[in-house]
Amino acid sequence: MSEKSKPRVAIFDFASCEGCELQIANIEEEIIDLVNLVEVVSFREVMKEHSDDYDIAIIEGSIVRPMDVESLKVIRKNAKILIALGACACIGGVNRLRNRFTKEELFNEVYGKTGFGDNPLFDVLDETKPVDGIVPVDYYIPGCPIDRNEFKRVILALCEGKKPELPGYPVCVECKKNENVCVFEKGQFCLGPVTRAGCDAICPSHGNSCEGCRGLIYEPSNECVKEVLSRYGLDYEEMTRRRNMFNCCGREDQ
Amino acid sequence: MNGKVSTDRTVSVHHLTRVEGHGNIHLDAKNGEIKRLEWEVPEAPRFFEAMLKGQHYSDVAHISSRICGICSIGHTLTSLKATESAFGIPVSEQTTALRRLAINGENMQSHVLHIGYLAAPDFFGVGSVFPLIGSKHNDTVIKIIKLHRLANEMSDLVCGRTVHPINMVPGGFTEYPSRKKLEDLLLRLPDAQDTLKEIAAAIKEISGAILDFSRETEYVALSTKGDYALYDGELTSSDTGVHDGDYLDFVEEYFVPQSTAKYSRHARESLMVGALARFNINGNSLNAAGMKMANFMDLKLPCHNPFMNTVAQMAEVAHNIEDCIVQVRTLLEKGVERETLPRIIPKAGRGVGVVEVPRGILIHDYTYDDVGRCKKANLIIPTNQNHGNIQKDMESLVPTILDRPEKEIELLLEMLVRAYDPCISCSTHYLDVRFV
Repeated sequence: MSEKSKPRVAIFDFASCEGCELQIANIEEEIIDLVNLVEVVSFREVMKEHSDDYDIAIIEGSIVRPMDVESLKVIRKNAKILIALGACACIGGVNRLRNRFTKEELFNEVYGKTGFGDNPLFDVLDETKPVDGIVPVDYYIPGCPIDRNEFKRVILALCEGKKPELPGYPVCVECKKNENVCVFEKGQFCLGPVTRAGCDAICPSHGNSCEGCRGLIYEPSNECVKEVLSRYGLDYEEMTRRRNMFNCCGREDQ
Repeated sequence: MNGKVSTDRTVSVHHLTRVEGHGNIHLDAKNGEIKRLEWEVPEAPRFFEAMLKGQHYSDVAHISSRICGICSIGHTLTSLKATESAFGIPVSEQTTALRRLAINGENMQSHVLHIGYLAAPDFFGVGSVFPLIGSKHNDTVIKIIKLHRLANEMSDLVCGRTVHPINMVPGGFTEYPSRKKLEDLLLRLPDAQDTLKEIAAAIKEISGAILDFSRETEYVALSTKGDYALYDGELTSSDTGVHDGDYLDFVEEYFVPQSTAKYSRHARESLMVGALARFNINGNSLNAAGMKMANFMDLKLPCHNPFMNTVAQMAEVAHNIEDCIVQVRTLLEKGVERETLPRIIPKAGRGVGVVEVPRGILIHDYTYDDVGRCKKANLIIPTNQNHGNIQKDMESLVPTILDRPEKEIELLLEMLVRAYDPCISCSTHYLDVRFV
């Protein structure tokens, strides 16, 4: 591949913990192979150089403020392909938990009575949004944090001119393959039946339950889920509350 | 400047690179007089204290872990300690040993990331680690990655995942490292110490890049008798000694007049937390490997040069590796047993957790209701505590370098901020935002 045909990649972050960008660094030695396949032109967390001339934009984080909406729109205009990286960018993730409150309630809770006037840095949207709540997204790399192997797969597919695809089946499929004891059998809640697979059921495989960080492919109100819950004597209300950690709907979930 | 000597200098760094989160630097000097000098933080607010409101205690650590991807293990441990203290949940010796291993792993991961990927490019005179790949420094880059990999694999082993740990819950662990994997780790740790020495030697060769600058401040860290405190200890100040009361009586958060800035202070106008503060408070308790690295890098007690924070991190990595060897040996001698998690009975009340995380003292303070839902959360983040000190360092440094070219001043100010390894994305409060 000649130098010119390398796709130019830029990585940006909005409201997030930057853990998904860290997961890119956590690919360790293989990052060198990826850097040879693409040209990284902007990645503020690890490089000083910056360019607005890029083919692929990778966005981490949720969109919180009108000023971030404007920055995102510019990135969308510059990029041929836009990828949402991680739960905050793909579905809003934990940041959506704040959508249970009004702006006034939020400021009172976190900053006390201090007024911030018309300072644009504090001008937040009524609701925290995922990237596709503002601009169209071409591809998603879900998870909190992203899975390092899935990130590699998506970037390699794009370099080969292919369309990367995500699993369309739930986490239960991977969990069964790993021969785990079903979390429901232990009398605990699990979002595995309704959450998109691709993480190799990492949480249930480590003695926890699925928390739905890769986004829901079915609603927990789904009849099959209700049946599972009633079989194990578990409360449906509790299940929807657990959904909120990464998939909170808003003020009705307060 | 056209080569003409002038004392007018303008530096404006929008979204400083190679730090976690977003920060700006502004300097405006006319005829040698500083008109404006600001460290400004425009990070998007995330409202974590509100996000935690109403959450069940079993979810609180997993939510608060998401404050920071770089120190998610530290946030998880601090959160668990707060919840355990609120409900009086006992923790076994084995759990404490595994948690110490986890905190060592995270400290190594975070410090190596900072030393190798964020700070070192300045020493090598490049904009990022990428141009070093395939250069004459390629060997050093490969060694940095190797050490970073080991730190992450250790955290993966103990915590289930290095970013946003899975295995750690109130009262203990849900999954345990196997004997075989701990034995493999023990074999690799001495080699990691050699790798670190080689990286240190390469950095020392070019460490003329570390500026000789000194400003004494108040250093704050946890301390405990006979140990280099990370997982546990008492709040300790270089000015006032050990503080055994509530942290709220220790740290004073305040707003600067005519601005929305929130600063922390205690005995004087600003304070410093993190590796250099820990070294200044606990340096004599470093283990042999940590001491050796400090000596090799010419880091001596007391050290008042904030640029040396990166070097203090190197001494800590050496200390961490040696401490891991001790912890893993102990775990192997005793044998890691699958423990039954304690039965948790929630009760209304408050619990505070305090841990030394890579960038300094982290405090989580929760108030729970009688069914175990979080009513109120207060989170004090290390970087919040350092912002005031960064500003004061800038005010002290700039007059001494004002005769230098703008590009050089800009680089030195960037290096100063980077030396603190700020983690601005951790912001749960709005940090030190000042407006002129």
